Amino acid sequence: MATAARKAPAKSKSDGKSGLSAPKPVEFTKDEELAAYRHMLLIRRFEEKAGQLYGMGFIGGFCHLYIGQEAVVTGMKMALIDGDQMITAYRDHGHMLAMELSPRGVMAELTGRRGGLSRGKGGSMHMFSKEKHFYGGHGIVGAQVSLGTGLAFANRYRDNNNVSLTYFGDGAANQGQVYESFNMASLWKLPVIYIIENNRYAMGTSVSRSSAETNFSHRGASFKIPGIQVDGMDVRAVKAAGDQATEWCRAGNGPIILEMQTYRYRGHSMSDPAKYRSKEEVQKMRSDHDPIEQVKARLIEKKWATEDELKTIDKEVRDIVADAAEFAQNDAEPDPSELWTDIVL
Amino acid sequence: MPIEILMPALSPTMEEGNLSKWLKNEGDKVVAGDVIAEIETDKATMEVEAVDEGTLGKILIAAGTEGVKVNTPIAVLLQDGESAGDIGKSSAPAKAEAPAKAEAPAAAEDKAEAAKPAAAPVAAAPKTEIAADPDIPAGTEMVSTTVREALRDAMAEEMRRDGDVFVMGEEVAEYQGAYKITQGLLQEFGPRRVVDTPITEHGFAGVGVGAAMAGLKPIVEFMTFNFAMQAIDQIINSAAKTLYMSGGQMGAPIVFRGPNGAAARVAAQHSQCYAAWYSHIPGLKVVMPYTAADAKGLLKAAIRDPNPIIFLENEILYGQSFDVPKLDDFVLPIGKARIHKTGKDVTIVSFGIGMTYAVKAEAELRGLGIDAEIIDLRTIRPLDLDTIIASVKKTNRLIVVEEGYPQNSVGDHIANQVSQRAFDFLDAPVITIAGKDVPMPYAANLEKLALPNVGEVIEAVKAVTYR
Repeated sequence: MATAARKAPAKSKSDGKSGLSAPKPVEFTKDEELAAYRHMLLIRRFEEKAGQLYGMGFIGGFCHLYIGQEAVVTGMKMALIDGDQMITAYRDHGHMLAMELSPRGVMAELTGRRGGLSRGKGGSMHMFSKEKHFYGGHGIVGAQVSLGTGLAFANRYRDNNNVSLTYFGDGAANQGQVYESFNMASLWKLPVIYIIENNRYAMGTSVSRSSAETNFSHRGASFKIPGIQVDGMDVRAVKAAGDQATEWCRAGNGPIILEMQTYRYRGHSMSDPAKYRSKEEVQKMRSDHDPIEQVKARLIEKKWATEDELKTIDKEVRDIVADAAEFAQNDAEPDPSELWTDIVL
Repeated sequence: MPIEILMPALSPTMEEGNLSKWLKNEGDKVVAGDVIAEIETDKATMEVEAVDEGTLGKILIAAGTEGVKVNTPIAVLLQDGESAGDIGKSSAPAKAEAPAKAEAPAAAEDKAEAAKPAAAPVAAAPKTEIAADPDIPAGTEMVSTTVREALRDAMAEEMRRDGDVFVMGEEVAEYQGAYKITQGLLQEFGPRRVVDTPITEHGFAGVGVGAAMAGLKPIVEFMTFNFAMQAIDQIINSAAKTLYMSGGQMGAPIVFRGPNGAAARVAAQHSQCYAAWYSHIPGLKVVMPYTAADAKGLLKAAIRDPNPIIFLENEILYGQSFDVPKLDDFVLPIGKARIHKTGKDVTIVSFGIGMTYAVKAEAELRGLGIDAEIIDLRTIRPLDLDTIIASVKKTNRLIVVEEGYPQNSVGDHIANQVSQRAFDFLDAPVITIAGKDVPMPYAANLEKLALPNVGEVIEAVKAVTYR
C-alpha cells in the first residue's frame, strides 16, 4: 500500500476520514528554500561522516543513519515556535541537528567522548537537550510515544501554547503503548503531533508484512484523532502539514497524526546489509525523490542560486561536519569518575 | 430454624465495620435482594442485601454500633411459621449476607474484583514500645493516624506547597481512590491536578515520566504494583536511566506509589512484593514504610526528591493507626533506617508489612528473656547498611524478615553485605526469612503457609542465640 502510494510522488493526501483535508503544497520563498537546503545537507553530510567513522571504529554499538529522511525533520522544524518539544526513538541524529544541537556535541557523543552531549554516557541512541527542548533519543521502540504524550500533558497543565512533536516509525506504530497514548491524548485534548515516519521497513520487515492497516494516517481513527498522509520527501509538503498540525494543536483541538511517507537509503543500522529490498528500489528513490536534489533543482530552476553558490554552501556544511568529526575523534574519553555520576541527584 | 444474618466482609482485608443504619425494623417482611442495613468500613459505606426470605425477627446489633467483627450475628431472620420464641434455635451460621451495590464509592479492591468471601482476620499490631525517632523533635505532640490518612495528608500538603505536583492514576479522582488514599484530593485540587486515567498502566506511566522530564512532579498511583508490571519498561528504561543517559541534563522527578505485596486472599497475580525487583535498579530510590509517621514523612520527601521514587505501600497496613507527629512540615530523610526498638541480644531487620512479624516476635521473645533490636529499613534503596552493621556489631546476630520471594531477596543482599563488612562480629549465620518460593495460593490455609510467620522469626532468633 505504502509502496503503491509512493508511485504517485509529491502531493500530500488527506486520509478522507478525519474531516481534515491535506494542506495545499506551499511554495517556499528563496530564503526558505536555501535554509531547507542547508539544513538537510548538514544532516546528509553529518550522517555520511558518521557512517565513515563507524567503519573506522570510532563509533561503537548501534548507529542508525537518517539519510533519505532529511525533509521530515527539516520541514517540521520550520513549523515550530520557541518552546515546542521534540522527542524520537534512536534514529535521532537528524532530529538533534534540526533542533540546533551542536554538531560537535552530537558527533562526540557518537564517539563516546567527554564533549558529547551526554558526556559520553548516552551514545547514538540517547541524547537530550533541555535548553533546545529535545527530549531524546530513546532506545525502546514505542516508549517515546508515551513520553512525548507526557510532554504534551505538561504543556496542557501549564496552559502554554507549545506543542510536542512525537516521532516514531512504522514499526513502533504497532506497539501497544502507542494506542494507550493516543487514547489519553485525544481524551484530554493534548497538544501533540504524532509524526509517523513511514520509511517502509521496520528493520527488515516491510509494512505490508507487519501491519494490517498500512495507511498509518488512519491509525488514530478509533481515538478520533485525524491523520494526514504527507509526502515526506518534499520538504514543502512537510512544512505545510506541520503548519496545519501545529495550528490544529495550538487551537486546542487535541492530537493529530502526520504520516510522513519517506525512505531510508541506508540499512536499519550499520550492520544491516538490507537484503530485504532491491538495489533498484533504493536507486529509484534516490534518483527520483531525493529531498535535497528536489530543493536544489528548484533553486537552480528559479535562478535563486547558482551552482557555484550552492557549492559554497556545500563547502560550509562540509567544514562544519569535518570540524565535528575532528573534535569527536580527538576529544578525551570521559574521566573514569564519570562512571559514578548522574545516577541519582 | 431461624437464620442468623452475619456481619459481612466487604473487602479482602476487612476485619470489622460499623453498623451505621438498619433499613428494616423488627417484624418487617424481607425478601431476597432487599437492602436491610448499611455498613461502613474505613473505605466506604455499603448496603447489605438479604439473601433469604422471611421476617426480621430480632436485631442483635443496634444501629450505630462501631467495630462489629466480620461474621458476628447481627440479626435473626424468621421463616414461615416461626416466631420470636424460636430464636436461639438458629441454624448454624448462615452464609454472610452478600454485599450489595455501593452507595458511596465502593471498596472495590481492583478491576478484577468479584464478590469475595470473608477475609481471614488479620490481627492488629501489638503495642510495642516504639523507640523515639531522632528525626522527630522531643516533646512533639503525636496524633493517632491511619497509614491511609497519613499518605493522603502527605500528598495534600505537598500539592498545596507546589503547583507542579499532581496525582494521576486509575480511580484516583471521582472514585476517591480504589483504596481511598486520594480521598478528598479532587475536591480540594480539582481535575487538573487529580487526574483519572483509563486502565492503561504502560501508557500513563510513560505520560507521567514525560511530564516529569518536562519539569512537572507527578505522583503516579498504581492501583497495585502488580499492575505496574505492565509499565515496568517506562519505570526502568525511561524514568531510572534518563539522568545518566543525558549526562545529568534531565531526569524524572516522579513518584510511583501504590499497594505492594500480598493483601488477603487475592492469589498469585495480585500478591507479590516488588521491593527486591526495584531495588536492583540504579537510578531508582525505593521506599517501603511501615508506620503512618514514616509513610507521611517519607512520601513528602519522595515528592520533593528530584529522582524517580518507587513508594511501596501495603493494603493491610492502610487501616492501621500509628502516632504521627503534629508538625507543620514533617519530612523524613530517604535512605535512613529507623531503630524501631533497641535491644542487645539479636538484630531483626525488616521493612513494610514484614515489620508486623518482627514486632510480634519481639514481644514474645521478651517473655523468653531475649532482648531483640528491631530495625525498620524504611528505604530499600539506598540501603542504610551503616545502621544495620552498627547494630550487628552490638548484638552479633542478624535476622532479616520480608514477605517477598526468597531468591535474590532484600535479605540475601543484606546477608551478603554483612558477611563482607562485619563477618568477624557475627556469632551465628545470618538467617533470612522470606515468603515461600511459590506463587501465592488462594486457599486460606495455603496462603498462611506461603507467608512468613511469627513462629519462624522466633525459631530463627532462638537458633542464632543458641537457645
